[in-house]
Amino acid sequence: MSSTLKLDELISQDYKHGFYTEVETDSVPRGLSEDVIRQISAKKGEPDFMLEWRLAAYRHWLTMSEPHWATVHHPPIDYQDISYYAAPKSRKDGPQSLDDVDPELRRTYEKLGVPLEERALLAGVAVDAVFDSVSVATTFKEKLAGLGIVFCSFSEAVREYPELVRQYLGSVVPYTDNFFASLNSAVFSDGSFCYIPPGVRCPMELSTYFRINARNTGQFERTLIIADKGAYVSYLEGCTAPMRDENQLHAAVVELIALEDAQIKYATVQNWYPGDKEGRGGIYNFVTKRGDCRGDNSKISWTQVETGSAITWKYPSVILQGDNAVGEFYSVALTNHYQQADTGTKMVHLGKNTRSTILSKGISAGHGQNAYRGLVKVAKSAVGARNYSQCDSLLLGDRCGAHTFPYIEVKNPTARVEHEASTSRIGEDQLFYCQSRGIAPEDAVSMIVNGFCKEVFKELPMEFAVEAQKLLGVSLEGSIG
Amino acid sequence: MLEISKLHVSVDDKPILRGIDLAIGAGEVHAIMGPNGSGKSTLAHVLAGHDHYTVTSGEVRYRGRDLLALSPEERAREGIFLAFQYPVEIPGVANIYLLKAAVNAQRKHRGEPELDAVDFLALVKDKLQLMGMSQDLLYRSVNEGFSGGEKKRNEILQMVVLEPKLAILDETDSGLDIDALKVVAGGINAMRSPERAILLVTHYQRLLDYVVPDRVHVLAQGRIALSGGRELAQELEMRGYGWVEAEAANRRKGGA
Ligand SMILES: Nc1ncnc2c1ncn2[C@@H]1O[C@H](COP(=O)(O)OP(=O)(O)OP(=O)(O)O)[C@@H](O)[C@H]1O
Ligand SMILES: [Mg+2]
Repeated sequence: MSSTLKLDELISQDYKHGFYTEVETDSVPRGLSEDVIRQISAKKGEPDFMLEWRLAAYRHWLTMSEPHWATVHHPPIDYQDISYYAAPKSRKDGPQSLDDVDPELRRTYEKLGVPLEERALLAGVAVDAVFDSVSVATTFKEKLAGLGIVFCSFSEAVREYPELVRQYLGSVVPYTDNFFASLNSAVFSDGSFCYIPPGVRCPMELSTYFRINARNTGQFERTLIIADKGAYVSYLEGCTAPMRDENQLHAAVVELIALEDAQIKYATVQNWYPGDKEGRGGIYNFVTKRGDCRGDNSKISWTQVETGSAITWKYPSVILQGDNAVGEFYSVALTNHYQQADTGTKMVHLGKNTRSTILSKGISAGHGQNAYRGLVKVAKSAVGARNYSQCDSLLLGDRCGAHTFPYIEVKNPTARVEHEASTSRIGEDQLFYCQSRGIAPEDAVSMIVNGFCKEVFKELPMEFAVEAQKLLGVSLEGSIG
Repeated sequence: MLEISKLHVSVDDKPILRGIDLAIGAGEVHAIMGPNGSGKSTLAHVLAGHDHYTVTSGEVRYRGRDLLALSPEERAREGIFLAFQYPVEIPGVANIYLLKAAVNAQRKHRGEPELDAVDFLALVKDKLQLMGMSQDLLYRSVNEGFSGGEKKRNEILQMVVLEPKLAILDETDSGLDIDALKVVAGGINAMRSPERAILLVTHYQRLLDYVVPDRVHVLAQGRIALSGGRELAQELEMRGYGWVEAEAANRRKGGA
């Protein structure tokens, strides 16, 4: 059969996760208009407030224009040529258990190394898998429900917990925030929702695997995580995508809210299709991620390992409102071939004695371009605020680039802000030294790169750290010699 | 073990080695001495396979094989070890991690099972003691912030762990205090065996008091100008290199 042939051919390509599944999809016609938004909202059976919010976002988006300040370059995106909604047909009746999930889909997950049935159980991870914008499987819900934890798809949350959604949605990233966030607010398809009630420590790592599948379907996930007073949650997001030819837009929004004494850890391993060796294809990843330390003594940590996408534009940020709140950002961003990454963070200190740490490791190989852009802002009110930032860049070869743009705005004289930066190149001398000990140059490179990233990997949960190390190895293949 | 014949080497088209002939047998220790810039490190690097140096003519055979056809890592796995005159720093990579990767790369090459962390640590701890090194050097980044002497000791530690067949030590004695010199010499002597050959590059007779060489060669202007027994080193210590170069020049004139 030709589809099997195609699959084989695709699997045999460089990109290990480069295949896509033949699942019938139920799409809304391409293009964007109020009608399309009404259709999306109706298909999802949303309450009126949600539709109103989407329309308001859309009307605002029409007044905005695409940002061009990042150091990334891409051909113009035709927003009328994107289809804004696609749901697997199997969703119609709603799968009651994993057995009800389309077998084709299950095989896809298995190929990706995400066999929900076993791996989720073994790893003690609850998985809310997003396939083509709609959640098709949710596990461990009952166990979590026993603790009062809500972990479900965003669509379900809109239907089942409208008050929570209404209270918190857009309270960190308003629909007016930026071009891509407004677009997302208008058309977001699905995503994850998580609420941890007061005093509850979520007993497992919550995790979501995202995939982009149907052709020409922009992905507009929306994630909202709320840790109520004294609650704790660690959340993992990982993703892979099928091989494809044309550029695909991905504009997600993630909002985190930590109330008094609450803590949220959010980790991402991002491995979307980066484009081929000549830079063709690949995902455009324009993401708005922001956490709000709303209560005193709250803490939010972002940890990210970015190896994928043709273009990444992403600044997970923390607003430190509560007194003594803590914000952390740990990042490894790797660009190879013709990949471009413009990432960094914003730490906005509002509360007294707020502290933030930024540790950014950028690796560039091939023609890759890697920019760190960080803003540390200390408001007048932030007495005794402290920030420590460290940005290190590692270059492999001489055709790639690293750029660092630290912005610092301090309005309170008691604040202490420290910034350190370094750039190093993996030198021939280092490679020769390793070779002279019997270590092949590829292994030497991955050893040096992993050493460079060690402090960030330390922040990841164990299995994720192992995965991340492997990912770096795979992503750097062919970058020397 | 090692036969070098008529070896010519250039860097960026500049000839540096101009016809080296040298044979080292199993069980032997040879010392190479010679003025700064005479090409000692160049020879060491060429033997280890550094690609910055171009072999323009000549041949090197190692245990019956064409050494120059092998990549640097293949040479290492076949038992060649170079202790660097200037050991390289690798920030972020723990010393023990490099050493373990090296040991396992070589074991894999020999078809032996790789060592796990526990067995490896047991192996290293013994050798660490032999080298009088403290354990925390294992967990620091490779050579980063090491003192000059610590770097040299670390090279010898790697050698005694890797147990090469042919060890090339480029000025491992330079920069060592007297006690450290004894320790390093002890490490080298522990390696002496009928199956192994050692090539010492040194400027000082002192090391040769502890590690007694079978042969001493003087490298001058890219050639081996003079060879002799251990007493040659003592003579050099007293008289310097001037007379060797003059004598070599005379001999060349006479021969022409
Ligand atoms: N990578 C290089 N590029 C240019 N010239 C080089 C290079 N390596 C060596 N040379 C030159 O080759 C000559 C021999 O250098 P080499 O390092 O082999 O000397 P050496 O005998 O080890 O000296 P020393 O006793 O000072 O260590 C020197 O003139 C040196 O400048
Ligand atoms: Mg030298």
